[in-house]
Amino acid sequence: MNRRGFLKTLGLAGATVVCPRTSGAAEPSGGAGEPYGVLVDTTRCVGCNTCTSACAEANGLPEPEDPEAVTRPTTTQWTAIGRYKTSKGEVFAKHQCMHCVSPACHSACLTAAMEKTARGPVVWREDKCMGCRFCMISCPFDGPKFEYSSTNPRIRKCVMCAERIAKGQQPACVDNCPEGALTFGKRNDLLREAHKRIGNAPDQYVDHVYGEREAGGTSWLYLASVGFEEIGFPANVGESSYPMLTAPFLYSVPFVLTLAPTLLTSVARAVRKGEEPHDGEASNPAGGNGSAPAPAGSPGFEEEDAS
Amino acid sequence: MNGAQSFSEGRPRGGRSLWRFLLSELKPKGPLFTVFNLVSVPVMIAAAVILFVRFTHGLSAVTNLSQEVPWGLWKGFNVVTGVAFAGGAYFVTLLVYVLGQKKYHSIVRITVLNGFLAYVFYAGALMLDLGRPWKMLNVVIGNSFGVSSVLFLIAWHFMLYMMAAFLEFSPAIAEWLGMKRLRRALSALTLGAVVFGITLSILHQSGLGALFLMAKGKVHPLWYSEFLPIYFLVSSVFAGLSVVIFEGTLSRRMFAWRMSEQHAAEHDGIVLSLSKICAAVMYAYVFLKVLDVVHGHKLALLGTSMGHWFLLEVVGFVLVPLAFFTEGVRWKSVAACKVGAVLTMIGIVLNRLNVSIIGFEWMQPVRYIPTPYEVVVTLAVILAEIWVLRWVIVRMPVLNDSPAWVREPVRAAEVPEAAPASV
Repeated sequence: MNRRGFLKTLGLAGATVVCPRTSGAAEPSGGAGEPYGVLVDTTRCVGCNTCTSACAEANGLPEPEDPEAVTRPTTTQWTAIGRYKTSKGEVFAKHQCMHCVSPACHSACLTAAMEKTARGPVVWREDKCMGCRFCMISCPFDGPKFEYSSTNPRIRKCVMCAERIAKGQQPACVDNCPEGALTFGKRNDLLREAHKRIGNAPDQYVDHVYGEREAGGTSWLYLASVGFEEIGFPANVGESSYPMLTAPFLYSVPFVLTLAPTLLTSVARAVRKGEEPHDGEASNPAGGNGSAPAPAGSPGFEEEDAS
Repeated sequence: MNGAQSFSEGRPRGGRSLWRFLLSELKPKGPLFTVFNLVSVPVMIAAAVILFVRFTHGLSAVTNLSQEVPWGLWKGFNVVTGVAFAGGAYFVTLLVYVLGQKKYHSIVRITVLNGFLAYVFYAGALMLDLGRPWKMLNVVIGNSFGVSSVLFLIAWHFMLYMMAAFLEFSPAIAEWLGMKRLRRALSALTLGAVVFGITLSILHQSGLGALFLMAKGKVHPLWYSEFLPIYFLVSSVFAGLSVVIFEGTLSRRMFAWRMSEQHAAEHDGIVLSLSKICAAVMYAYVFLKVLDVVHGHKLALLGTSMGHWFLLEVVGFVLVPLAFFTEGVRWKSVAACKVGAVLTMIGIVLNRLNVSIIGFEWMQPVRYIPTPYEVVVTLAVILAEIWVLRWVIVRMPVLNDSPAWVREPVRAAEVPEAAPASV
């Protein structure tokens, strides 16, 4: 194989490795159709923890421990109720994976283990994940939790009862909420409902549906009587989707892969033109001159040009 | 050239004698009880025990990783910092093979070897950190490509770059084994491998910065920037070249007996030239950093404690070494340049750890501090790399001249066999 052929092969190999990713960059997979979501009205939540028990039962997790102690999801408790002393008294806020419309974890995952399903839930697939924890680095809501103490560790997080939804049921927590604080439905309908509730009782709610725009939108939407930073929600996530943060870098990849070899090869040729032909690699130092005069017929540049 | 000889072409060809040669090369050459050996062997044994515990009891048994800080020293230092340090390989091959700067030729092999081993060991250390390393194959065999992932790009580029760097170094292996025709075939691939390697390096050096782009809000704003990929790429140039300068100094002490006279004689000139490049790139880097702080309205943050830490990194370990490089070049002081190189390396360690660990989730009440076990394993990875590096330097023509037959014209008898089929 001559050098030109080799470069061609390398170019092809590089292209197959890299080009497919541009199409996938920054777009949620399976975003077709109208996805489901859950509306959480924190003004209705009384912190009874029925949802956490129902979640454990539906997902085969251990019975939740002391609800006073666990206020954020863990590997063994996928949803937890935060209790916040706020300017308007104690507020309860259920926390779990937010199931982003365009999830950072999905775009971060190099084995596509994190999947955004068409119905809305973001699920983790055990047979794919290699345990790199890049999803945890990327998630703005700290959704994914990792089993550090296991020799076969899994990522654990709320999967929005994807299997129940597929069967036409509601997520277990929604099904069991005695106060009607959780509403399951199409995300668009839930947004309309949320704004209607704000409109009907403007004194009761802050005029903000958390998750409508946060991080490009989430499938779980929240209503509250106080600012969301008071009840444990990050205020610094911005409104653009997280995959868009790496999209410019990923878009540049095919350009670099095309332009860099072209420029480098042509510069190398231009520099070598007019020099005496020499061995491609040239031996290590080689006494006297940096490059030893190559024997006739060595696979050097000049020879290739001549052919 | 005492102690090391290449597999002589004069010997009868065939598997048996080659086998015997390889076996004889496995034996240690030189004293066993050196200070380095006495220190490194216990560390590596300790690391082996720690890793046994890690794989039998999980990551939490030996690391301080948490749900908030999922990446610790093994990723932040071994992978993120180690790969920046390996950046010298792509830059020196750029100088020599693309830009035709032959004066750097004597350091190409040691630099490429160092780069190759750094990738093998430091990127290999990633496997220790993966929770489910056996699933790594998913990235390779294609049953599950996460093509929108920066980490996917990095994983593939690591693998491809290792192959490119191995090809770049392979003529030295052929010389060691006395395989003339193989050497000629491999040498013909060098430029292709170099061009491919530089392209990959541009992308994965910057890609390591891009890893943290989605950690917006978690990485301290003084370090977080949408230009992180560019900072990582630019700083990999002076990181890599500083390692080349530092490593050259060590080689001259430790492997003086293996070093060709020409290599030794060219050393000072090369240090000064590389320092000039470092200084120029660092000027640009500092300018970009200032731009980010001013343009990103981060000036007020400089007054905080994290701001002081940031200033220590940028002033103490970028501007100060920059001054050493500049003055060193002006007064032709190799010593000043070497001080600059060491300070630069410390600065790179600080920078990469600041992005990946120290500035990560800086607002958490409980901060990640690596366990002694994590530190021991990190050290052991570096020491293991040095062991292999030493093994190769002592046996193959890395610092010394290639065997004489490399410069001999091809003998008439060999031509029919040697002629490549494609020409």
